[in-house]
Amino acid sequence: MNNLTVVERLKSRFPAVPLETTEFRDELTVVVPKENIVEVCKFLKDDPDLEFDLLADLCGFDQYTPSQRFGVVYNLLSLKKKHRIRLKTFTDEENAKVPTVSSVWSTANWHERETYDMFGIVFEGHPDLRRMYMPDEFEHHPLRKDFPLMGIPGSLPLPKK
Amino acid sequence: MVTAEAPYRSKILQALEDQNTSVSFDDPLESQMVLNMGPQHPATHGVLRLLVKLDGETVLATVPELGYLHRGYEKLAENCSYHEFIPHTDRLDYLSPLSNNTAYVLAVEKLIGIEAPRRAQFIRVIISELARISSHLLWLGTLGMDVGALTVFMWTFREREKLYDIFELLSGARFTTSYTRIGGLSQDMTPDVVAMIKKYLDEFPEKIGECERLLNKNRIFVERTDGIGMLTKEDAVDLGVTGPCLRACNVEHDLRRASPYLVYPEFDFDVPTFEGGDTLARYYVRMEEMKESAKIIRQALEKIPQGEIHAGKPKKVLPRKERIYTKMEELIHDFMLVNFGVSPPVGEIYHAIEAPKGELGFYFQSRGEGHPWRMKIRSPSFVNLQALPTMLKGAMISDVVAIIGSLDPVMGEADK
Repeated sequence: MNNLTVVERLKSRFPAVPLETTEFRDELTVVVPKENIVEVCKFLKDDPDLEFDLLADLCGFDQYTPSQRFGVVYNLLSLKKKHRIRLKTFTDEENAKVPTVSSVWSTANWHERETYDMFGIVFEGHPDLRRMYMPDEFEHHPLRKDFPLMGIPGSLPLPKK
Repeated sequence: MVTAEAPYRSKILQALEDQNTSVSFDDPLESQMVLNMGPQHPATHGVLRLLVKLDGETVLATVPELGYLHRGYEKLAENCSYHEFIPHTDRLDYLSPLSNNTAYVLAVEKLIGIEAPRRAQFIRVIISELARISSHLLWLGTLGMDVGALTVFMWTFREREKLYDIFELLSGARFTTSYTRIGGLSQDMTPDVVAMIKKYLDEFPEKIGECERLLNKNRIFVERTDGIGMLTKEDAVDLGVTGPCLRACNVEHDLRRASPYLVYPEFDFDVPTFEGGDTLARYYVRMEEMKESAKIIRQALEKIPQGEIHAGKPKKVLPRKERIYTKMEELIHDFMLVNFGVSPPVGEIYHAIEAPKGELGFYFQSRGEGHPWRMKIRSPSFVNLQALPTMLKGAMISDVVAIIGSLDPVMGEADK
């Protein structure tokens, strides 16, 4: 299996969905609209020719642009075909919501919690969307580009007595 | 923007209450209780906190709580150059810093599009495998201690001490090695180090055999690990478990084979797998892995070529110190690299290696600047810990520490 067959399979299965593909250092990146991300993931996992059964990684990023500010990256691995691809989806700052893929791969659960914690992207339909690392009273999202490196003094609450 | 809601403690408790708690057991004691384990608990291997719901001695549900060692390394990485981040990688999985160093520079090299010379690649293989042995030895000692076999702990720490002596002579530091550089290594491996590694390898089979003789037929050890912490093959893949824990579920997946990096295809080694998916299977897998690692190192020491350890890319690879002081060209390159960093092309890559705990990956987004726009660490411990509630469901309270020990989590890496 190579990148070309993955793109062909995807395009023949989702002809109506605008899929933008790029390749860098032989790594395929497919940009998927967030409305279609769950069905694309499900297809990639269940299709017998592709079988991306392991979600290696899921993370967010902040483009710091007025529109489509946040993105979510899905790094997929097929254990049988030994192939990797990457999916990407974007969302605006206001109404930063992306459907959860934790119903496709359970491992997305914690990754999405981490992404929510770090960027404030809300994963719709997530079973347990709590912060992963920061305390629950913390009001900011540290990996956003407008969060200062030194932190915000006083923003980390001390335990109540 | 998400506003602060109910108090912290009750939210974790709510998550525990929300879990589906249908477990069948023979002798139900009609008293449920919630037990808080950690973060300061010696058996949780670091600052892992568990909230466990018990019925008698049976675990009904578990909620792991992370973040007590969160240092914001991904934020730091966005604010320092590619070279500056290498020492931070030591502090991720602090039991195998050398393999983190290797994983990081391999990802950066892929992003830049350069490759280290063959000698450097051989040395990277050797140090990654030494790191694997060192990490597995610590895991073996602590697992033994978790189930009450204290002698093993002393013996494996004695062996690890010798490895740290090798690391010290190799890199100048025992623990925080920072040995690799983008496009090469900080210094070459001297013949003294080679001799030390050879001596270590000669003694290793006997020493590991001693530990095996203590454990393999030890009734207490086997009964405390056999059938404990079961994880099915399907669950393991679904939960993204990698490394020895996945291979103990009889999935033959090893990145050294599946997507070869460095010079691994040139070596003859096996990928040990076991059926069962329990703590005992994970024990066998790691024991076999240590022997395979020793096999790889031995072959690498035989085949290792002489030559350069730095790639000949002056605009990307830091020049040697003595040349910076004597050559104009190198001084300019050093100035540019230190002040502005290696500027990789615009793009994004993900590169993963088979670290002792599983798939250690680095994801980079570059905008052509000297520092990454976004760097994500895919740490195996973080993902493997997610399998903990599944493995603990229905277990006894005394097995909890054995199961955590068999997962081999390192919180430095899980919390980043």
